Amino acid sequence: MTEGASSQRGARLGEWLFLYGLSILAALVLSALLVESTGGAWRSVVSALIDGSLRKPARWGETLGTAAPILLVAVGTIVSGRAGLINIGQEGQLLVGAAFATYFGFLIGGPGPFNVVVILFFGVVGGALWAGVAALLKFWRNVPEVLSTLLLVTVGGQLVAYGLSQSWLLLAPLADRGNRNQVSSQLADDNRLPRPEIFGNEISFAVILAVVAAVLVSILLSRTVWGFRLRMLGRNPRAAQRSGVAQTRYGATALMLSGGFAGLAGAAMLAGGGFAFGNYQLVPGFATNIGWTGLLVALVAREKALVAIPVAFIFAGLRTGSSFVGATGVEGRITDVIQGFLVLALLVPPAVMFLRDRRRSRAAATDRA
Amino acid sequence: MSGFFEAVIDIFTSESTYINGALFAGFLAFAASGELVAERAGTINISVEGMLLGGAFTSAVGYHLTGSTIAAMAAGVLGGVIVAGVQAEMSHRLSADQFVVGLTLNILVFGLAGFLDNELEPDTELASRWEVPVLSDIPLLGQALFGQRWPFYLLYLLVPFTWWVLYRTRWGLELRSVGENPQSADVSGIDVNRRRRQSIYYAGLTSGLGGWFLIFGQIGLFEDSVVGGRGFIAIAAVIFGGWTLRGTIAGCVIFAGALSFRLSVQGLGYEVNSELLQSLPFIVTLAGMAVFAHRVRPPAALAQPFVRGLK
Repeated sequence: MTEGASSQRGARLGEWLFLYGLSILAALVLSALLVESTGGAWRSVVSALIDGSLRKPARWGETLGTAAPILLVAVGTIVSGRAGLINIGQEGQLLVGAAFATYFGFLIGGPGPFNVVVILFFGVVGGALWAGVAALLKFWRNVPEVLSTLLLVTVGGQLVAYGLSQSWLLLAPLADRGNRNQVSSQLADDNRLPRPEIFGNEISFAVILAVVAAVLVSILLSRTVWGFRLRMLGRNPRAAQRSGVAQTRYGATALMLSGGFAGLAGAAMLAGGGFAFGNYQLVPGFATNIGWTGLLVALVAREKALVAIPVAFIFAGLRTGSSFVGATGVEGRITDVIQGFLVLALLVPPAVMFLRDRRRSRAAATDRA
Repeated sequence: MSGFFEAVIDIFTSESTYINGALFAGFLAFAASGELVAERAGTINISVEGMLLGGAFTSAVGYHLTGSTIAAMAAGVLGGVIVAGVQAEMSHRLSADQFVVGLTLNILVFGLAGFLDNELEPDTELASRWEVPVLSDIPLLGQALFGQRWPFYLLYLLVPFTWWVLYRTRWGLELRSVGENPQSADVSGIDVNRRRRQSIYYAGLTSGLGGWFLIFGQIGLFEDSVVGGRGFIAIAAVIFGGWTLRGTIAGCVIFAGALSFRLSVQGLGYEVNSELLQSLPFIVTLAGMAVFAHRVRPPAALAQPFVRGLK
């Protein structure tokens, strides 16, 4: 009996691995075909990707630094996803978080390390408030959060752009910027997250923050009553309601937490700096798709915070690698395509397995009857 | 304050407001009529954005290759339907989460269109303008409704056709039943997921047309930002309209009004902060949904996947 069960489990694992391998291969082959058909060479693209993400000097530090905000966004998405809410507005929440962080960072302007905490804190507040708008619309006016979070991305983007055009909000005084640049002032040296240097790579402190957040959220979701209630809400809202889990309270909390993590990611990008994220200042288009990428990471990780850690690093690698792809004569946006194919491909195996399991259990049920 | 009223009056009496409004509303209506069909069958089809962009891109390529606007239309429909195919087969055959699929598709199509656009750089030009005699001379609205480039007039066929299909055919009835009560539909012999797939293909068809209309009836050239989130406004129009065709079209007109108002304010030379103005259509959309979304009843099985035997 036990032997049968374990060999069955082995067969299942084999099926999983086979399906995943096949779909990932299909995605990569499709991308390679696309590169070849437009006159590029896929080998050079791969080698450029590895150069840009790991091999060249100081690049893996860059990749880690890029992974940090992506992971933070993903972790937040996992929280709301567990509660059955579909937050797809992280890009906007991240930007609003970064704007709040900038505004209050300069407004309060306390001593160094204290102000770093202030900046991160207001990042969380900004993101949570922006997601809170969606939560309010959802639980008060019944507006689906899928749409409201999405529409708020554009609104948030325009509001922050407005803020950057007004010197009483975010715009830097003329002395601190080029004449027509709409940017905020730069954070002072002691207002930045530390970037210790290891083996010639600067590692942003945000990486540690993000990994700790992922581990904490993973524990919270799987080992606490609160996490259990969120899951219950996600799996069966009616049962959750009957057993005393107020949908409004838990749902709104989850949505705002998710926005808060996105906002924290924005603040960490601001204070963590790095080549990819401006120069410790808020600029137009600051979010640069980190929110979307984080969302994809959460989807690929199938709402498991610990799985999101390696996935975030892979996606960050695609991103840092893409800046080297241009030199091979292939348009750098190929990495967006690779990413899209990969995510789509990774959706297939779980769905196939789900359907097969159902078919098998139905067959077993008819056999018994 | 008098300046403000003058501005508003100027805007409402200028023909260009109505022409732009009709163009925006038309574009939304292409997408929204298909989206309505998909939602009545139970799918919140957020890949409509990707379908529009895919259709716009393939139609531009189609024109580039053949030089014919009709061939471009066929190519646009093909593009929309290909995106729809991925969405439909993955969410209603493999039962992957429809939002996850839709979202990923949007990102993938955006990446693909941007990548291939840079590689191919398709040439396009606007279709010719057709003026309907007499009707196009109606003051204010005449040019907007009857003086457009010819792809616009397809709407006068598509919208009634959508109504007929949805409310006057057996297929439409089955489709709506699948969105309301898939278990009962299943028991009465309707293949639920098949109807849902078909409804998504229909959305792909109309959105492909919408993308084609955008390039050949409105803008004239392809960029990866041509759709720019308006697919989501089309979804909002369906919700705003309470999942009826009449309401959906009304939603399209209202949201297009906000888009057009924004253009007119700047076109007539009034100084308003452009960033705030740009978010106006989105704010109007959100406000519209906030006011109307709780008054209407969505299809009972909206966004719920159907797997036989599971409820």
